[in-house]
Amino acid sequence: MDLSAYPLELPKDDCPMVRFMNVTKSYGALVVLDNLNLDIQRGEMVSVIGPSGSGKTTVLRMLMTLETINGGVIYVDGQPLTHMARNGRLVPADEAHLRRMRASIGMCFQHFNLFPHMTALENCMEGPVQVLGLSKAEARARSEELLAMVGMIEKKDQHPSRLSGGQQQRVAIARALAMRPRIMLFDEVTSALDPEVIGEVTQVIRRLVAEHDLTMLMVTHQMGFARDISDRICFFYRGQIEEQGPPEQFFTNPQRERTKQFLRAVKDAD
Amino acid sequence: MWDFLQTYGLRLSEGTLVTAAQFALASLVACLAALSAGLGRLSRHWLVRNFAVIYIEIFRGTSLLVQLYWIFFVLPLLGLSLPKFTAGFLSVGLNVGAYGAEIVRGAILAVPRGQWEAAYALSMSPAKRMRRIILPQAVALMLPPWGNLMIELLKGTALVALIAVSDLMFVAKQINGATFRSAEAFGTALIVYYLLARFLITPAMRGLERVMARRLGKV
Repeated sequence: MDLSAYPLELPKDDCPMVRFMNVTKSYGALVVLDNLNLDIQRGEMVSVIGPSGSGKTTVLRMLMTLETINGGVIYVDGQPLTHMARNGRLVPADEAHLRRMRASIGMCFQHFNLFPHMTALENCMEGPVQVLGLSKAEARARSEELLAMVGMIEKKDQHPSRLSGGQQQRVAIARALAMRPRIMLFDEVTSALDPEVIGEVTQVIRRLVAEHDLTMLMVTHQMGFARDISDRICFFYRGQIEEQGPPEQFFTNPQRERTKQFLRAVKDAD
Repeated sequence: MWDFLQTYGLRLSEGTLVTAAQFALASLVACLAALSAGLGRLSRHWLVRNFAVIYIEIFRGTSLLVQLYWIFFVLPLLGLSLPKFTAGFLSVGLNVGAYGAEIVRGAILAVPRGQWEAAYALSMSPAKRMRRIILPQAVALMLPPWGNLMIELLKGTALVALIAVSDLMFVAKQINGATFRSAEAFGTALIVYYLLARFLITPAMRGLERVMARRLGKV
């Protein structure tokens, strides 16, 4: 892959928080992302929607470096994420570079993935103590504050198996925030939840949008929620952005035929 | 029977103690070997991986008795002489450890993918991911098959009698040779092995399983 066309870093002033530049991902012959170009600005909340298999979750997983990249470069805050500069050119990133870069990115998963052998509080303290090197007392103070913010402080000494899905997801959000990320990724965080507890999770995310200066990228099937809180909607179809725009315009006046079809299908399902 | 126990009870209990010591030390060797080889098989370095595979293949693929004779009779020819007691628990431990390695490996792979990803998303290093997140959960998964293996290990220690370690089986054989009271001598050994497995190993493993379940918040 020829990387000479890609800059070693983006100019500091007014570079986007995240830039996907000609990013391609495929599994064998199956192309999941096809030459994706996407900028996400500082503090922006972008919702990614689209039919299953359209590559939307892959976008998040690549940003978390859970997936490797087959072509192109991803930049985070102007620095290459999946590559690093060596002797004036870009080479694939090593483990240390990846670990340093993803420290600024937090992720919440569809199935929460809390550590079952730790209490809610210990789940939140694990990263700050083991990775950031905070003292137990500092990590505890930070974690308790975040657990209070997500309304889980009373359950802080419970193991995940004693918590409902909605409660687990709120702890998972607190755990990700305890690392003080600048970018938060939400991968279908309400898809595995019972309908009656979805609200408690979306409320936490609403608060994050309102009160924090985070850059957020969210894959969701909840159109109403995405419309309410997003700055921009990206509709993915077959590994490409079919259409994107501010929520009002996107939902009331979609331009592309595939977008209209998708929105109709989602509406019928409701 | 009563007079048999009165006469030989002391010697038999001394033998039982040696068996218990062989069991304890062999278990330790087995745990360490199983953990190292199980992790080794999952290593990214091909040298470590191959080393683990060779160990597992040799010790799982050949007879314990042959391994025992090799370690006790052949290694001295190559310049490594071990006392018979050490050669005994080392052979049994390394043999059982090779089976244990597959249990360790299987349990690590059985920890859900999401746990690896969550630890990765917290920027944890590979070593910390393994030690803090994956292994504690894998241990809980490997305990039930590990209990079986511990009973196998106890019974395996009877073979050390063949290199004249004075364990329970060795004592029973001696008494049989001197008195020809085979039924009493081997009958006692049979019962003692059973009692050790049934009333020490099984409850201990159950206890460990309960402790692990509690740590996972499942009780």
